[in-house]
Amino acid sequence: MSFAAGAHDALGDAQLRANLRRATTTIRARRQDAVDEVDDWEALRERGAAAKDRALHDLAAQLELLEASVERAGGHVHWARDAEEACHVVAGLVRAQGADRVIKAKSLTTDEIGLNEALAEEGVRAIETDLAELIVQLAGDRQSHILVPAIHRSRAEIRALFAAELDRPDLSDDPAELAEAARLHLRERLLTVPVGISGANFAVAETGTICLVESEGNGRMCTTLPEVLITVMGIEKLLPRWEDLPTMLELLPRSATGERMSPYVSLWTGVHEGDGPRELHLVLVDAGRTDVLADPAGRDALRCIRCSACLNSCPVYEHVGGHAYGSIYPGPIGAVLAPQLARMEEHADLPFASTLCGACADVCPVKIDIPALLVHLRGRAVDRRRRLDPEGLAMAMLGRAFERPGRYEAAQRAARRGRGILAHAWRVGPLGAWTSSRELPEVPDESFRAWWRSR
Amino acid sequence: MRIALFVPCFVDTLFPATARATVTVLERLGHEVVFPEEQTCCGQVHANAGHRAQGLRLARRFVRVFGDEDAIVAPSGSCVATVRERYPQLAEEAGDEALLADVRALGPRVHELATFLVGVLGVEDVGASFPHRVTYHASCHGLRSLGAGDAQLRVLRAVRGIDLVELENPTACCGFGGTFAVKNAEVSTAMLGAKAADVITTGAEVCTAGDDSCLMHLGGGLRRLRAGVRTMHIAEILASTR
Repeated sequence: MSFAAGAHDALGDAQLRANLRRATTTIRARRQDAVDEVDDWEALRERGAAAKDRALHDLAAQLELLEASVERAGGHVHWARDAEEACHVVAGLVRAQGADRVIKAKSLTTDEIGLNEALAEEGVRAIETDLAELIVQLAGDRQSHILVPAIHRSRAEIRALFAAELDRPDLSDDPAELAEAARLHLRERLLTVPVGISGANFAVAETGTICLVESEGNGRMCTTLPEVLITVMGIEKLLPRWEDLPTMLELLPRSATGERMSPYVSLWTGVHEGDGPRELHLVLVDAGRTDVLADPAGRDALRCIRCSACLNSCPVYEHVGGHAYGSIYPGPIGAVLAPQLARMEEHADLPFASTLCGACADVCPVKIDIPALLVHLRGRAVDRRRRLDPEGLAMAMLGRAFERPGRYEAAQRAARRGRGILAHAWRVGPLGAWTSSRELPEVPDESFRAWWRSR
Repeated sequence: MRIALFVPCFVDTLFPATARATVTVLERLGHEVVFPEEQTCCGQVHANAGHRAQGLRLARRFVRVFGDEDAIVAPSGSCVATVRERYPQLAEEAGDEALLADVRALGPRVHELATFLVGVLGVEDVGASFPHRVTYHASCHGLRSLGAGDAQLRVLRAVRGIDLVELENPTACCGFGGTFAVKNAEVSTAMLGAKAADVITTGAEVCTAGDDSCLMHLGGGLRRLRAGVRTMHIAEILASTR
């Protein structure tokens, strides 16, 4: 489904739009407060962007360093070129344990590669333990936000869902009561399932330390209780140095939830006798990332630390929500990441799903110039078009008119008679798209340049 | 000072009053205004829609026409932002080092009107009088790329008789976005609806901004709603006298 079609559905859903408006307005204000109290937020952003760039511009060597560090600490490292390989590796590790269930900490990368579906095909049930992910999973729904996957759901809807799926018709729509019900449902599973799967917010190459940032503590249980822990990580999550971590841990919580620090920040390095999992696997996933890295104009998108501040600040996202984007990565960052990860073969309409207003770039903690990337990817999308479409034709005609002042003035005269490219340029796209909600401006009798000559 | 006027194509064609008002304001302040007639269009619509080859041709044309001018002023934040931000990007992506050097040298000499008045000329009071209730929409490119929001508010506040009412959600985009307005017309309309509601709530008779593109969209929507609110470019308010 195209973005425009997805947006059409979302725009007609008054409940969804009320949920989104309330949630994004609240979180925007909280982020702003958390950012305002930092003395030099700009310098912090610079440091964050520089740390990610140091990793990305030397990624091959840094990844090998990470591998050596993890193995030195007693972990195992696996390399996966694409989603299929990554799922295959994880499924093999789970099979080796003879497990038919795994518990999962919230992880976008595993969603991106379709791990739950791949495990289901092997007869393994993946149990999401993040509350919002659990809601999405129980409802057979899709995530609509990077950080708050069930942002599109109201608590009345969640109450109905728990009544049906958890057999708890007794619950009210009080958030604390709903969270308690989820806690009871998950606790037994957290304590008995032998394999845990997580993502990673960061992995430090020089120490082999993996870092997970979360709010609920279920992620920490997933990474400490099971016998075997499998961490699936996109290769761009690497940080070169231990001292890069404090910078990121200042930037991420403030940008993501508007907190000074997230309630649970877990760090683990290898395995330790009598403490935590006895087996640790790190699956490094490429899945299109080296292709992104190969485009010097597009690769800044890989700096992203998945804070979702750009979603919360985006007026387009605020009106349509995440589903319209058709990708696990929605919003402004999704519009630059999803098409690149898919080599522009999918999601090529997402870079156009923006007014280029720039609110996203203002809030990005690692200074990704998202509007510039959107424009760059629009160029790549247009270059790929094989046939001259109505837009291409209009652009070519406009371009031709603007090459000579004489031609341009002829087009202006035609516009006054309601004809020609200047009169019709804004009708690029479906006919009447402009006039569906807006009056057309009248074309004045005299252009500025005609007036200038006659004054 | 000699000032070269850069009049965006749609201002020239659809909103000539904005450009005439710009001339009025700059001449009233005692400056010499010239209009290089070889200019056509900066190529914003091409560059932003991904049609890079045409965007590049128009960028080169802009450099030929304006390259020798010291002060270039346009009554449009987004067209100025195109020269300053998109031209270097186009040149870099095309690997055209000569053009890159040219546009990097030219960019800082191209100014949005209010930013030029406040930042370069050091003028806030341009001698205007406009006794009406007005609300101001900070167009995104002016606000974020050029930091023009402050300058535009300052020159407006210095207008005699003006009753300036602040808009709720002042930094929210109006939903125009060039080709976005037609490609994603429904989302554009939803954003327009939110902005129009904020404008109407102020009770203003005039909604102003530094970009006629936003005003074409917002004004077209307000007219469709029969809202009874006019849209006017900032230059026209600054040109008004008693």
